[in-house]
Amino acid sequence: MVALTPISRKPVGFYVPTAAAAGAFAGLFVGTSQGSGLLGIIIGAVIAGVLAFVLTQLIKNEPIARWGTVIGFAIVGLLLGGIPALVLGAIFGWFFGWFSFWLYEGRYRAKVAPYLTPGQVLWHFTFRVICGAILIFLITPILVVMPLSFNAENFFTFTPKMLSFDPDGYSLKHYRDFFTSSAWQGAVWNSVKIAPAATLLSVSFGTLAAIGLSQQHVPFRRAIMAILISPMIVPLIISAAGMYFFYSRVGLQGTYLGVVLAHAALGIPFVIITVTATLVGFDRSLTRAAANMGANPVTTFFRVQMPLILPGVISGGLFAFITSFDEVVVVLFVGSAGQKTLPWQMFIGLREQISPTILAVATILVGISICLLTVVELLRRRSERLRGMSPG
Amino acid sequence: MKFTTTLLATSALIGAGTFAFADAHGNMANEMTLVSWGGAYQASQDKAYLQPYLENNPGVTGVWDESSNEAVAKLRAMNEAGNITWDLVDVVAADAIRLCDEGLAMEIDADEMLADAPDGTPASEDFGDLLVSDCFIPQIVYSTTFGYRTDMVGDTPPTKICDVFDLEAYPGKRALEKRPINNMEWALLCDGVAKDEVYDVLATPEGQEKALAKLDTIKDNVIWWSAGADTPQLLADGEVVMGSTYNGRLFSVIEEQKQPVAMLWDAQVFDLDGWIIPAGLPADRLARVKDFVKFATDTQRLADQSQYISYGPARLSSAPMVGKHADLGIDMAPHMPTDPKNATNTFLYNYEFWADYRDDIDAKFQAWLAQ
Repeated sequence: MVALTPISRKPVGFYVPTAAAAGAFAGLFVGTSQGSGLLGIIIGAVIAGVLAFVLTQLIKNEPIARWGTVIGFAIVGLLLGGIPALVLGAIFGWFFGWFSFWLYEGRYRAKVAPYLTPGQVLWHFTFRVICGAILIFLITPILVVMPLSFNAENFFTFTPKMLSFDPDGYSLKHYRDFFTSSAWQGAVWNSVKIAPAATLLSVSFGTLAAIGLSQQHVPFRRAIMAILISPMIVPLIISAAGMYFFYSRVGLQGTYLGVVLAHAALGIPFVIITVTATLVGFDRSLTRAAANMGANPVTTFFRVQMPLILPGVISGGLFAFITSFDEVVVVLFVGSAGQKTLPWQMFIGLREQISPTILAVATILVGISICLLTVVELLRRRSERLRGMSPG
Repeated sequence: MKFTTTLLATSALIGAGTFAFADAHGNMANEMTLVSWGGAYQASQDKAYLQPYLENNPGVTGVWDESSNEAVAKLRAMNEAGNITWDLVDVVAADAIRLCDEGLAMEIDADEMLADAPDGTPASEDFGDLLVSDCFIPQIVYSTTFGYRTDMVGDTPPTKICDVFDLEAYPGKRALEKRPINNMEWALLCDGVAKDEVYDVLATPEGQEKALAKLDTIKDNVIWWSAGADTPQLLADGEVVMGSTYNGRLFSVIEEQKQPVAMLWDAQVFDLDGWIIPAGLPADRLARVKDFVKFATDTQRLADQSQYISYGPARLSSAPMVGKHADLGIDMAPHMPTDPKNATNTFLYNYEFWADYRDDIDAKFQAWLAQ
């Protein structure tokens, strides 16, 4: 990105207080964790303000000043709190070194439009900081799980050994436990057997229902639609209790087929909604044209209509798959111990025995999800490139 | 018409034949669903009871369902749906009493269904007072007691239950179970009520107020737990300085996980855990379960279980056979809640009192919690 605005050095009266404010913000967190937020704010503000002044007015040489800050902070961290504090210190040092010169040289102005007022520039960056904070807030619970899953102890605790990066503090034993325990492996297989079958049923029935309900001449379309979508609206526990009593009477409770059917019922609304949405943009004259050229309805469906609504079908199928793969309430009712799925096993593990094996499983699942999403995104881009346009 | 008659007759004959066969040969189902609590406790049952049984009976399979926590609700639902999918359920004695009263658990004749002790003492004498309900087959005696962080209590570790209420000597958070049972008794004991009067006092509204007032003194420093695994996690984290939980969980924290935690046995509350057989099982499954229960609750098996977890076997005749831990090789007897050194001052969970007062006191306790 090219610079939009010429930049100039800023007066001390501007950047030192700004750096001090940032220091106070960082000091708030450090101070709170050490017992006194107020003291943290003051110390943080003083350190950052003085640092900014010293770096820009006394040292002046930017590379030396910034590297010096990184090393200095890292050493202070090492002396105060060992290796973990060294890493933290280096990060803080890097940030405040960069931040001081960023303000001093006026670089922050370079990439925003020249006509913005100072208030707008401030908001421009505040907005980004808020967005970043929200992202961190959302993603930290997932990130915290990952190092904990390599814990050498059987608790959800960052041990002193882990924090000092001692290899003895880490182990793969929870992963070993996951791959060797028959309970976990059985749960994985149950999930792998149930979710695709339920997805297949949801996609077939949901697509057919959506196509049928999009025909103008079907009577009571809205009422039928509402009934089909109800599993999504009715509280899950009510569906689950109802299914339990019904399936018990007809002999489906505690069977593989029963769980698949229950999950299919939960997945169908997602498929109906996404497919109905894509059908809105579907040109009906295409089916008439196909019929005109001698194709029967089945051929028309598979050769003409299906390729066009495929994105809706696939995303509905993904939702149905995830619903089944994640579902714990209904399977607790409809399944028996023989159909224990992965979420069920995790639920038990959390309730009865807080074991980091769950964290290992969570880490593996997150990894798989990232891979799947990446693959889907790559495929989507590829097909866009091949078509030279975006689908739909 | 003729065809239909033949068909009906044939099916009737086959049906009757199957029935007769099942009765005459004591035909047993080859699958059992056993319900328990998960975790180390279920693992000990699996190793001591189920695996040896499956070895003796090839072709039989057993599945564990970790649903004991909601066993009462689930058994009610199963009964209403007319579809009992469990064969044997592990519950605490209080739940067994409720299930028995509601007719959801099968009544048992201890002498007929359970094995005699090796010296020929009938089962009903060997289990003795622990047969607290007609439906209950006791397995273990466990206790709810306190553990504390040895590195957070200074030079004078707590020795009395009232140290839990002493915020000056032992500052920091405590973990207590999120229900009135046990907490109310401990609070009264530490408020100067004599041990044999605790339940008399607790039966009165003033007594209940008194107990809550005592709990109020530490309320701001309590983390409330609801699963047995919570307190071990909190202790290992150092988030609490002391906390109550089942003694077997604390044993695991101390001896297996090597955490800096020690036991505070004073005023531990004894409770029982055991099997019930759901009422209304089909004949073949009932026959299998009876066969399993007879095996799994004999003197040797109950003693075997104590190799894996520090709960006391419910049979008198098993006590002398308690040996060493299967993996650690340490003597298990000193870790049993029933060991004389640990049991100098104990409470027995008062089933009758809590059966009568539970709803009332629960409501007051929850209201107090929400204040």
